[in-house]
Amino acid sequence: MLNYVLSRLLTFIPTFIGVTLISFAFIRVLPGDPIIVMAGERGLTKERYAELEAQFGFDRPIYTQFWEYLTGVMQGDLGNSFVTKRPVWDEFFTLFPATLELSACAMIFAVVLGLPAGVIAAVNRGKFFDRALMSTALIGYSMPIFWWALLLIIVFSGNLQWTPVSGRISLVYYFQDATGFMLIDSLASGQKGAFASAVSHLVLPTIVLGTIPLAVIARQTRSAMLEVLGEDYIRTARAKGLSPGRINGIHALRNALIPVITVIGLSVGTLLAGAILTETIFSWPGIGKWMVDSIFRRDYPVVQGGLLLIAVMVMVVNLTVDMLYGVINPKIRKR
Amino acid sequence: MSLLRIRNLSVDFATASGQFRAVDAVDQDVDTGEILAIVGESGSGKSVSMLAMMGLLPWTATVTADEMTFDGHNLLTMSSAERRKIVGNDLAMIFQEPMSSLNPCFTVGWQIKEALRIHLGLGRAERQTRAVELFEQVGIPDPAKRLSAFPHQLSGGMNQRVMIAMAIACKPKLLIADEPTTALDVTIQAQILDLLASLREETGMGLVLITHDMGVVAETAERVSVQYAGQKIEEQAVEPLFKTPYHPYTSALLDALPERATERLLPTIPGVVPGQFDRPAGCLFSPRCKFADATCKSTAPKPCSAELGHARCHYPLNTDQRIAS
Ligand SMILES: Nc1ncnc2c1ncn2[C@@H]1O[C@H](COP(=O)(O)OP(=O)(O)OP(=O)(O)O)[C@@H](O)[C@H]1O
Ligand code: SF4
Ligand SMILES: [Mg+2]
Repeated sequence: MLNYVLSRLLTFIPTFIGVTLISFAFIRVLPGDPIIVMAGERGLTKERYAELEAQFGFDRPIYTQFWEYLTGVMQGDLGNSFVTKRPVWDEFFTLFPATLELSACAMIFAVVLGLPAGVIAAVNRGKFFDRALMSTALIGYSMPIFWWALLLIIVFSGNLQWTPVSGRISLVYYFQDATGFMLIDSLASGQKGAFASAVSHLVLPTIVLGTIPLAVIARQTRSAMLEVLGEDYIRTARAKGLSPGRINGIHALRNALIPVITVIGLSVGTLLAGAILTETIFSWPGIGKWMVDSIFRRDYPVVQGGLLLIAVMVMVVNLTVDMLYGVINPKIRKR
Repeated sequence: MSLLRIRNLSVDFATASGQFRAVDAVDQDVDTGEILAIVGESGSGKSVSMLAMMGLLPWTATVTADEMTFDGHNLLTMSSAERRKIVGNDLAMIFQEPMSSLNPCFTVGWQIKEALRIHLGLGRAERQTRAVELFEQVGIPDPAKRLSAFPHQLSGGMNQRVMIAMAIACKPKLLIADEPTTALDVTIQAQILDLLASLREETGMGLVLITHDMGVVAETAERVSVQYAGQKIEEQAVEPLFKTPYHPYTSALLDALPERATERLLPTIPGVVPGQFDRPAGCLFSPRCKFADATCKSTAPKPCSAELGHARCHYPLNTDQRIAS
């Protein structure tokens, strides 16, 4: 097991360098010049431009710039934002809890609904519930996020006035963010109604962000379950006189979890991509919105550093998923 | 009254190309402590008939019977919840592929203790003791340690022993063994059969041994039921069956035994068991039977009397009438 982890960690290195390069290149191939953007409407003189160019190091060859970036990254230095002048690292971790909170809620939403839905659909294969669920999943999967978000906002925030449209909590509450997780902080603040407000702000973004993973997980669970239900050991379980709940929920599901865990792992990438859109729509102050804003500002260090951190996170999640396989099905550990 | 009594059992499968009758009007009786062998080539409906009795067929199967009772319970009318109290408890079954019949995600100990908990409600410590005991009984060396093994860490023979231990965990009155040795090495096959026979001695349970190996039948069984294309075509006690088979198919199966082969090559029965699309009119064995005549090809034979082993044949072998003709 340890060897396996180490060998997997080794494969991280080339991937990591590749991701560093891509994140570095990505923002630079976009048209637009960060110095011009920073100067804004007023514009600036040739001399001032050259001065700033030298200050940011844009006058040096591109490979020198990359080398400096890479050595910085290796030492844990992602540079400072052009705009706020604060270290990218600090900004990232100030905003990250908001994204993590939203993504975690979306993932919990997707798993808690998707797993049982997939299991029930598989057990009732071909019946009404199965058909209805699979068509709904297909719609959910192919629905454009922004359209879905607008629809929910119009119905639940507009017509019904049940949920707020944007932000993480109502402005009447104010407290120090101890953890950065609004659900925890609002509870800890002890202010009446703060937690409820935080929850109501979370509901729509969670649904919007969780819809695609939900559809993917439900479909994957169903097909994995269908495969497993035909296996000999399920017949053995039935020959033992076990209840259908035990057979489906324990004997079959445990085996079906492997492919499901895989899509859950892959969904983390989708989720972070979806978070960018969702956060923008709901003015959710997380790294998604931060990245979008920074792209518009051509804030090179933020965009390249943020991308890199997101990519590393996805890699860590994938590694964790690989480890989980062996825990769930020991047969896989043997390989 | 017999432990298991089946009358006129038929099983139809709904397939993409229509109904398919896999088991056709089969009668079967098993007494307490008896070993019944069901023999027949692949596809003759041996497994399906027993799975139907256990209630383990998929929903595509339609099971009909005049009578199907086990130990005083009517298997035809009982609810699935009632059936679950019997299946895995008084009525157990083991399968052909021990490797794939155990769940790869759980230790064999967990799997055997599950049965003990569900049916007998044993506590944790009792389950451990009983599981070790059962593993000892089926000849698994170092049982306490083996309990924490996963199926993939054990050999096929060991896994079949685990399956047997699991099946006899609740002291069943009847054990169905569906080709328990087919997937195993020859030496292991003999060991598993010996184990089953000795367990029968110890526990007094009835044993139904499904096999396509007449050699196994000769060594283990007391009574033999021969199935062909979903029908029971003959039934006798093992000795008379080997001495005086009445049905030509039984006779052909016996001729295929290695020790009876007169030449170097094993005589096999030409042709295959008819499937869904090539079911002949008249006697189902007629396309392969060397005695077939026009009557055989047009009229399906009814089972003969018990003295003639219920043979489904117009012209049973080894009879006076036959000798005269
Ligand atoms: N689920 C099913 N759906 C359709 N047909 C089936 C199904 N299960 C079995 N059959 C058919 O029923 C017939 C009898 O099958 P069965 O498994 O009982 O044969 P068997 O005598 O046990 O043979 P084997 O020695 O190969 O185990 C076969 O022709 C098989 O194709
Ligand atoms: S009825 Fe005819 S074809 Fe069928 S087994 Fe008897 S002799 Fe052969
Ligand atoms: Mg079979």
